[in-house]
Amino acid sequence: MTRLLGRHGWVMGLTALLVLAFVFTKVIQPGFGASGLDSLARATMPFAFATAAMAVVVIAGGIDLSVASMMAVAGVTAAVLMDGAGTGFSVLALLLVLGVGLLMGAINGALIVFTRVPDIVVTLAMLFVWEGVALLILNAPGGAIAPWLRELGRGPFLVEWLPRSFVLMVVCIAIVWMPLRRSRLGLSIYAIGSDELAAYRSGVSIGRTRIAAYAICGLFCAMGGVSISMATGIGEPIPGPYLMASVAAAVLGGVMLGGGRGALLGPIIAVIILRLVRMDMTLMSVDPNIATIVEGLIMVAVVMLGGLLAMRAAR
Amino acid sequence: MTPQDTASLLVRLGRFLRDNPIFPLIILLLALIATLEFMRPGIVNERWIGNTIKFAIPLAMLAACQTLTMLTGGIDLSASVGATITAFVMATQVPIMGAPLAICIGLVPAILIGLVNGFGVAVCRVHPLIMTLGTGLIATGCLQVYQRFVIASGSVVPDGLGWLGTGRTWGAPNALLLFVPFAIFVLWLQRRTGFGRLLYALGSNETAAKISGVRSWQVYLALYALSGLIAGGAGLLYVGLIKAPSLSLVSPLLLPSVAAAVIGGTSIFGGRGGYGGTIVGALILTVLGTLLTLMQIPEGTRRILFGLIILAVTTIYVRLTNQR
Repeated sequence: MTRLLGRHGWVMGLTALLVLAFVFTKVIQPGFGASGLDSLARATMPFAFATAAMAVVVIAGGIDLSVASMMAVAGVTAAVLMDGAGTGFSVLALLLVLGVGLLMGAINGALIVFTRVPDIVVTLAMLFVWEGVALLILNAPGGAIAPWLRELGRGPFLVEWLPRSFVLMVVCIAIVWMPLRRSRLGLSIYAIGSDELAAYRSGVSIGRTRIAAYAICGLFCAMGGVSISMATGIGEPIPGPYLMASVAAAVLGGVMLGGGRGALLGPIIAVIILRLVRMDMTLMSVDPNIATIVEGLIMVAVVMLGGLLAMRAAR
Repeated sequence: MTPQDTASLLVRLGRFLRDNPIFPLIILLLALIATLEFMRPGIVNERWIGNTIKFAIPLAMLAACQTLTMLTGGIDLSASVGATITAFVMATQVPIMGAPLAICIGLVPAILIGLVNGFGVAVCRVHPLIMTLGTGLIATGCLQVYQRFVIASGSVVPDGLGWLGTGRTWGAPNALLLFVPFAIFVLWLQRRTGFGRLLYALGSNETAAKISGVRSWQVYLALYALSGLIAGGAGLLYVGLIKAPSLSLVSPLLLPSVAAAVIGGTSIFGGRGGYGGTIVGALILTVLGTLLTLMQIPEGTRRILFGLIILAVTTIYVRLTNQR
């Protein structure tokens, strides 16, 4: 009961923090409104998908360092396939990219299970492999995204202050996560994360569950990669700064490094908070380089705090 | 011979390779050189060997950071940033301070990065990989801010570093003057000193080491600070070789430095390996780089190959260890 309260308390605390950050933004920038929310939602989208991807594998007791590289592969694949293609084919291309994401994640998971090398080493090696694959697909930024997909992430949805990209992000994550959470597989993912041996003895197939968790991570990465390309209109083969940000947001969102705890709601709120902090610094006309340093300091501090908390929990 | 004998022979061979990875590595190195000579007859001469060693030395120094931290089960992904910062700060301070003082100033941020890494790893128990990645990001941001303050002063690479980086005496690269004592120091450190023993102890079983009275936080702090210092040294040598300080000077060496340590037989999980193998690993990677350039392999394939090499070698070591 107290643990349940504690978990909800964490999400509630984050929500309070988010509200505070919004109030602060409104104070320093009285004109902050629908357009501000729209640009915030669009900046958040790739980070949110990266965080969701990371959160799933961390819940399963692993970590995936190749998140940013897989996003780059998905982004360039989408841009290359949709370049000059009609609407019908671009829908097909989108599905194909999502399939590629699933496949990349499944390869990561399968390598971890079959080589018996720790996840951190395998995904470090795969970080370079996927980076190379992205470079092979597209040597320099280029390609094009289907116009209808670009329009999908722009403008408001129903009411003026609800950005369409935010709705899109929530729907995409919920469509994967909600059924999963309630399914047998979702339960198994939490089980292998919290106690692998106990899960094994209760009849959970560890290897298959782990591969599935990594495949879902890859799927979210593919969505994230497409969302980057949606924002820029082209494919970018060099991975962005999503790895560190996703780990920090997952930890800040209450996903314990080591596995078994947390959900996706907390990390998503954490991502929005982190993006809003960055936006506030831009609004206060802080030098972007200094803003990067501050952001890095926040992320490292969060990860350090997470480490201390995890150590406390282990004791 | 019964099947059991064959099996035990295999186990013994595996154990031998695990404990002395340097022998198969040297054979691999010679095989690579032979392939190169076969593909482009006459390429292997005194000049080529000198050049290969010259380019392998900064890599081997950077790989020393990875080797030492890997002995405790860690890794130092901020090494390339530390090296770049040292090189850049040094080169921009030379016109103001003069060479000796500028070198000392340049080494300060690198050691600082190491100390922060050590604090995060030792006290907060953050995984070294994530910790060093984070400090690397922060340090890169700081370097960009720093760059704008010194853009007017220009940058100079001191003649001494240029001589050390590119010059040769009797056909042998001058960088060996720095590297040979350095390598002997690292080998002595890991094999003969108490500090080296502590690294192996923490890497093979941290709990056991702690129960035996090792103050792990002191060791980690010293280790990561040392790693930062070595990275700074590697940066100084590399800028002497390249002679054009930039904000991403040493970044291309980060992945090969991890690969060199892994290929050299240092276990990424800690407790096994040493610097001797890493040096051969750095040579192998440099020769492999030449080979890939000759075959006109694109950059993407090169990265894929490096990643797969790390994965394959680690898998083999895991298998060998499990045969125990």
